[in-house]
Amino acid sequence: MKFTLSWLKDHLDTTDSLDTVTETLTRVGLEVEAVEDKAKALQAFTIAYVIEAKQHPNADRLRVCMVDTGAGEPVQVVCGAPNARTGMKSVFSPPGTYIPGKDITLGKGVIRGVESNGMLCSAAELQLSEDHDGIIDLPEDAPVGQPYATYVGLDDAVIEIAVTPNRADALGVAGVARDLAAAGLGGLKTPQVLPVRGAYPCPVKVTLDFAEADKHLCPAFALRLVRGVKNEPSPEWLQARLRAIGLRPINALVDITNFMTFDRNRPLHVFDAAKVKGDLTVRRARDGETILALDGKSYTLTSEQVVIADAHGVESLAGIMGGEASGCDETTTDVLVESALWDPLNIARSGRALGINSDARYRFERGVDPDFTRPGLDLATAMILDLCGGEASEIIFEGDLPESASAIDFPWSEVKRLTGLDLPQIEMKLALTSLGFHVSGAGERVKVAAPSWRGDVAGKADLVEEIVRIAGLDRVVSTPLPRIKGEVVKPVLTVLQKRTRAAKRLLASRGLVEAVTWSFISHDAATLFGGGSRQLVLANPIAADLSDMRPSLLPGLIRAGQLNADRGLGDVALFEVGQVFKDDTPEGQFIAAAGLRRGTARLEGVGRHWDGAAKPVDVFDAKADLMGLLTGLGVPVGGLQIVAGGSSAGGPAWAHPGRSATLRFGPKGVIGAFGEVHPKVLKALDVKGPLVAFEIHLDALPLPKYKPTKVKSKLALSGFQPVTRDFAFIVEKTVAAGEMMKTAQNTDRALIADVAVFDLYEGQGVEAGKKSVALAVTLQPVDKTLTEAEIEAVGAKIVAEMAKRYGAALRG
Amino acid sequence: MNEIDNLGASLLADIAGAQDETALEQVRIAALGKAGSISALLKTLGAMTPEERKDKGPLINGLRDKVQGALSARKEALGEAALDARLASETVDITLPVREGPEARGRIHPISQVIDEITAIFGDMGFSVAEGPDVETDDLNFTKLNFPVGHPAREMHDTFFFAPDANGERKLLRTHTSPVQVRTMMAQEPPIRVICPGRTYRMDSDQTHTPMFHQVEGLVIDKKAHMGHMKWVLEEFCKAFFEIDNVKMRFRPSFFPFTEPSVEVDIQCSRKGGEIRFGEGEDWLEILGCGMVHPNVLRNCGLDPDVYQGFAWGMGIDRIAMLKYGMPDLRPFFEADLRWLAHYGFRPLDLPTLTGGLSS
Repeated sequence: MKFTLSWLKDHLDTTDSLDTVTETLTRVGLEVEAVEDKAKALQAFTIAYVIEAKQHPNADRLRVCMVDTGAGEPVQVVCGAPNARTGMKSVFSPPGTYIPGKDITLGKGVIRGVESNGMLCSAAELQLSEDHDGIIDLPEDAPVGQPYATYVGLDDAVIEIAVTPNRADALGVAGVARDLAAAGLGGLKTPQVLPVRGAYPCPVKVTLDFAEADKHLCPAFALRLVRGVKNEPSPEWLQARLRAIGLRPINALVDITNFMTFDRNRPLHVFDAAKVKGDLTVRRARDGETILALDGKSYTLTSEQVVIADAHGVESLAGIMGGEASGCDETTTDVLVESALWDPLNIARSGRALGINSDARYRFERGVDPDFTRPGLDLATAMILDLCGGEASEIIFEGDLPESASAIDFPWSEVKRLTGLDLPQIEMKLALTSLGFHVSGAGERVKVAAPSWRGDVAGKADLVEEIVRIAGLDRVVSTPLPRIKGEVVKPVLTVLQKRTRAAKRLLASRGLVEAVTWSFISHDAATLFGGGSRQLVLANPIAADLSDMRPSLLPGLIRAGQLNADRGLGDVALFEVGQVFKDDTPEGQFIAAAGLRRGTARLEGVGRHWDGAAKPVDVFDAKADLMGLLTGLGVPVGGLQIVAGGSSAGGPAWAHPGRSATLRFGPKGVIGAFGEVHPKVLKALDVKGPLVAFEIHLDALPLPKYKPTKVKSKLALSGFQPVTRDFAFIVEKTVAAGEMMKTAQNTDRALIADVAVFDLYEGQGVEAGKKSVALAVTLQPVDKTLTEAEIEAVGAKIVAEMAKRYGAALRG
Repeated sequence: MNEIDNLGASLLADIAGAQDETALEQVRIAALGKAGSISALLKTLGAMTPEERKDKGPLINGLRDKVQGALSARKEALGEAALDARLASETVDITLPVREGPEARGRIHPISQVIDEITAIFGDMGFSVAEGPDVETDDLNFTKLNFPVGHPAREMHDTFFFAPDANGERKLLRTHTSPVQVRTMMAQEPPIRVICPGRTYRMDSDQTHTPMFHQVEGLVIDKKAHMGHMKWVLEEFCKAFFEIDNVKMRFRPSFFPFTEPSVEVDIQCSRKGGEIRFGEGEDWLEILGCGMVHPNVLRNCGLDPDVYQGFAWGMGIDRIAMLKYGMPDLRPFFEADLRWLAHYGFRPLDLPTLTGGLSS
């Protein structure tokens, strides 16, 4: 919303400075977005009298002028303008002035041997026109010493404010002035609107053609004819105002409606009566009806839109934009003026559907003052009669104005309750009444009726806001919020929140870099990772490849990895901890942690090195990250099952079936998976490997057991030396080493403290299709040193068990 | 000179001349071995008369002790020299670079870091952290928050929608974390003190807007919380978060459907040379929106607005991260460019605390 300071002063009797006005606007909630103040920019340019202009002794084209600037002694100025002459009045700028048209700051100078202390200026130098033929030539009565901008009326600053959706009333200058008056900036002097008596009945009839349920679409419609007008260009003052706020003057009738829109937040419409055939009907449009609107575009309508039609068809889009066919131009002699009320919701929807952003739509969808429907028409009529002449008809008024809302029961104490601010009752009452509220009753509780232009005010809290914004929010005193209990703060984070935080730090400490990628990914990528269901597809994605809520963090990470590789950083280790989606319910959203390693981005180091180059990443890097994460989070991994295999074994479809596994606590407790990314997935996503990854759902992890005390279990240390025995078994290649370890462990759970795989061998010396798995078994005696025979017995038992279960033979 | 002195001089010369431990050992054996020269002399003692022994004994034993002492001294000296020689031969080029460890490569994203900072500050004021789903209902994202159906305020949000389900209801991506406030109020009896950090979505894209961004909202509900408390909480937060002693804030009346009165907060700053600094200067920078929770919202959540009251605020996590740490553009936050993350990211153990400081 833009207006000029002088326009504001039509409504507000104030002597306050522009700065005070703009500060106050922001203070009361009408945030100033921009102020354009030519007067300030041109402050140094003042009116001066040329006492004498004589020829420069050393230059034919220059003159030496003695100038009376109105401030002390005459000033000598060298001037090159052909029109500089004795006795003229022009515009002077002293040294130090910034000259906008030349983008220089003026200095004192000596020009061809003659001192020059300033400049006489052209309009171009002030950036006021293209005219640089000579210096500005002012009338004889121009007051010497006065700022030029003030003299020519350029001291009218243009103010632009941001108006919040609740403050429709501030979309007119009168409403802005009301707020400023209430805030103490001066008296409100908006002129009263007097009814204009019609000299004859309006010849055009109006029908509100709505079913009972649709009557809200046009609650009221007022119309009158003014005949015999002359629709010439509007007067300069009106054109200047419209131009100042960025509108193009058209003709007097149109300019008047624009003026009413911005002055009083009362959009109107004018029809050229000669182009209207028959009577007017206000109704829903018929599907397929079209209109060529005043913006020169043609619109096809549906029954969702409301129109004003005559015997020709649709003449105007109600409350949004008029039609070209019945528009007013310089030939218009008889004009129909409409002032109506429309349903804000319908206007908003229609405007959105048609893609029209007009000043009328903007106001009607926020809500205009219903009580100003008829006065608005009278005011416009008066302006038309004044500027265009003519004779007005009586007003046709169809429909009814809505009843005003009931008064609010308001205890003054509400202000202190909600703001902590203790204001005198008289101040609170004055704030309300000066904003147009009606306060009735006395004492602690009063009835407050909101004015018709404040449809947004419905309850006590709204009144508190009105009072406190006029009083000033700066008066609200900052008050410490007491602790709920006066004690040391209890921990606030949940187990999942702590694990989410810890997971990030753990993964970062393993050399992975945290990425935050989009929650939405392409439909193809979503489908590839088990998503893509219809309920998670956006109806209006911002881009075609950001259409589906991600079922997994991996597509985003894989894509990010490739983008880095494309930039020359191929050894990428990334992780993300964030939400993934299984369906559109709150329960279908999970917190996942995923990691990705690419190239040679291994834990121990990256890339080539004098001490030996890093190998390309493999599936065990992903497994190490995942296991490291689980142990780091303190998840008990005793019951964890690592189930090998790809999608056919119930594992992830994104992973290499022979180089991946699913992690679960029991058949239904799947927590995640790790693996090498499947070559088909690499191809489908157009990325290059090697690429290994893991992903788990943090919310699927078992919760720690509740313990009544923080005491740790007793530490039992054995005083006897542990003994380690090595066994190398020859087994089929398909036998899982992990199973062999479990078998060895289970041979004597009390005695065997640890089983490790210390060697793995295939090749020469081992039969084809078989492998050698070397286990180091550590025995920890508890109550006595083991005898060699006891150790041998355990060993024999392990060997027997391995032979039985896996057909394993000791390697010779 | 007698025989013993001669032998002693000869042996000591041999010891001094031994160039390594092997040579020295040979000297030892030649002197003190079974067939050694000193051993031979010692053997003669047995055949001597007491008088002879009394005379020769100390001489021979003295010789033995002297030679033994010289042997061990020489051995130690040779050992030292050998060690020196070994150490010299073992010298490596210590300037060779070691592999960069994982702790040097890993990074925490600024958003995670700033969420941890915010949590540390509000946790100290007794706020817990509430979370909710990104896919929300229209009811919780708008209607319960007092956005009338079709109200222009809804348009300001540029909402992402999903296709309508069988009942015609269409879910959406939450445009703010306010639905978490609603869920909290519906689930929990006051007093309530929560912050709600999380991802939010609006159809917007330019230097300072991305279709996905992060917000943190706060909510206080009890029977006394008023705007003065709100002012204090926000002032204290800004001081703690930006790690400055003084902050000048401007509270301006504004409009949000879910608060009444509604306030926008500007923070005073200087913008010298394109760098924003708080606690100085004459410029204002909008930083957050807040207000007293609207009575309709309280009612919609089952709370009586004449009994309960409170305030709420919301701000952009990405935005305050940019203001604090100086990233000029929001878009790279979500591009996972390793160069950007290495520069703007945080070390794994840069854990923000109030005791140790939020940032190092």
